[in-house]
Amino acid sequence: MAKPTVKEVLFNPVFANNPIGLQILGICSALAVTSNLQTALVMSLALTLVTGFSNLFISMIRNQIPSSIRMIVQMVIIASLVIVVDQILKAYAYGLSKQLSVFVGLIITNCIVMGRAEAFAMQNPPVLSFWDGIGNGLGYSVVLLTLGVIRELFGAGKLFGVEIIALAKDGGWYVPNGLLLLPPSAFFLIGLLIWALRTWRTEQLEKPAFRMAPQVVEKEAY
Amino acid sequence: MSTKESTTRTLMVALAVSLVSSVFVAGAAVSLKPVQIENRQLDKQRSILSIAGLGGDGMSGREVKDLFASRIKARVVDLETGEYTDAHDPAVFDPLKAARDPKLSDALAGEEDIALIKRRERFTTVYMVEKDGKLESLILPIRGYGLWSTLHGFMAVKGDLNTVVGMGFYQHAETPGLGGEVDNPNWKGLWPGKQLFDEQGKPVIRIVKGGVDPASPEAKHQVDALAGATLTSNGVDRLIQFWLGEQGFGPYLATLRSKGV
Repeated sequence: MAKPTVKEVLFNPVFANNPIGLQILGICSALAVTSNLQTALVMSLALTLVTGFSNLFISMIRNQIPSSIRMIVQMVIIASLVIVVDQILKAYAYGLSKQLSVFVGLIITNCIVMGRAEAFAMQNPPVLSFWDGIGNGLGYSVVLLTLGVIRELFGAGKLFGVEIIALAKDGGWYVPNGLLLLPPSAFFLIGLLIWALRTWRTEQLEKPAFRMAPQVVEKEAY
Repeated sequence: MSTKESTTRTLMVALAVSLVSSVFVAGAAVSLKPVQIENRQLDKQRSILSIAGLGGDGMSGREVKDLFASRIKARVVDLETGEYTDAHDPAVFDPLKAARDPKLSDALAGEEDIALIKRRERFTTVYMVEKDGKLESLILPIRGYGLWSTLHGFMAVKGDLNTVVGMGFYQHAETPGLGGEVDNPNWKGLWPGKQLFDEQGKPVIRIVKGGVDPASPEAKHQVDALAGATLTSNGVDRLIQFWLGEQGFGPYLATLRSKGV
């Protein structure tokens, strides 16, 4: 396999190999924090930094990690980084950390972070691994921010908490779609995004894993 | 088997990684702690100011602190006797911590515990806004269970101890868009001016379904419930009953009335 370049690892995950769009990872937090754009942005930043730095540190000690305990070593490093991010948010962005509640802590179990550590950082040098983590964080961020814009704009008529569309209940014309503020709407939106992405980039279509065998008897059984 | 995979080596790596990580985490936690505590206090002060109608939203941290220090007076109240106590310093006393301490709180029996808080602290902190030595408004901490979470908030009443100045919650985890609308300024705006008690001093404020008829004589005791959030509305209704009742601030309010403030 040819050695990946920084540009590749940084920008491929955005559309060509998107962690949410193609690998279908990190869905849980994508449902939970995208009801407004501000939390989506902070969550994106937090995850991007954690993925970047966990990749960096894991790659730095990758030749020292015995394979029997590699997962738990990765976990320890990721968990430490997440706790630090959580503490920083609590100290400098208290309001936001209140809104994000448990989801910052749940970055620890986010499959994207663990997946990149295991799939990339364990085999590649530190700097490249760092950019790979940042790249995957960007891929996650693109989806989160898209969801955040759609959900906040059409669910609450606002962006970043600033009114964009005047709501009917405040004398405007727009009746917001309350469903968009609830987690299930993110499922529909992610589904639609994946559909759009795979229509644009047909190479992402998966081959059917299972094909029905042809009918043995042509007539329906009565 | 290479040396990298040996047992000693595995233990060494595990130990080293744990050690470095724990120093890192502990360092961050300890060094950021003062800022975090200050944030939590500031958040509470901001919410007290805003519920008392003194502003607070959109003000900087310093402005909030200055305004709080100049306008708000905190006292610790003994909920049993209804008298002030100097046994606890209001600046550091934490009623929520007291509610978990068996020495400073009482377990509530099932039918008493309408707010579903399980234990009630014996002492709590109340906040006052005074003007020319007279009580202008009194801010009481309230809390209780909604649908998913305990709602923590404040109820501010005027000097007559009956008319609502404001009501709001600074911490809860109700469903965004439904029960979470307890934070909606429009809904909070329904509270000011409502009367909490009837002539006999019984708490009669209610959250009612289906809208408040402004022509009804009961309208001044009623607030429209949140649409699509029956359980949160019921929770808020019950927690207000609780804190205004005998188990809550009843004795304290009675003491204040008898002193004629």
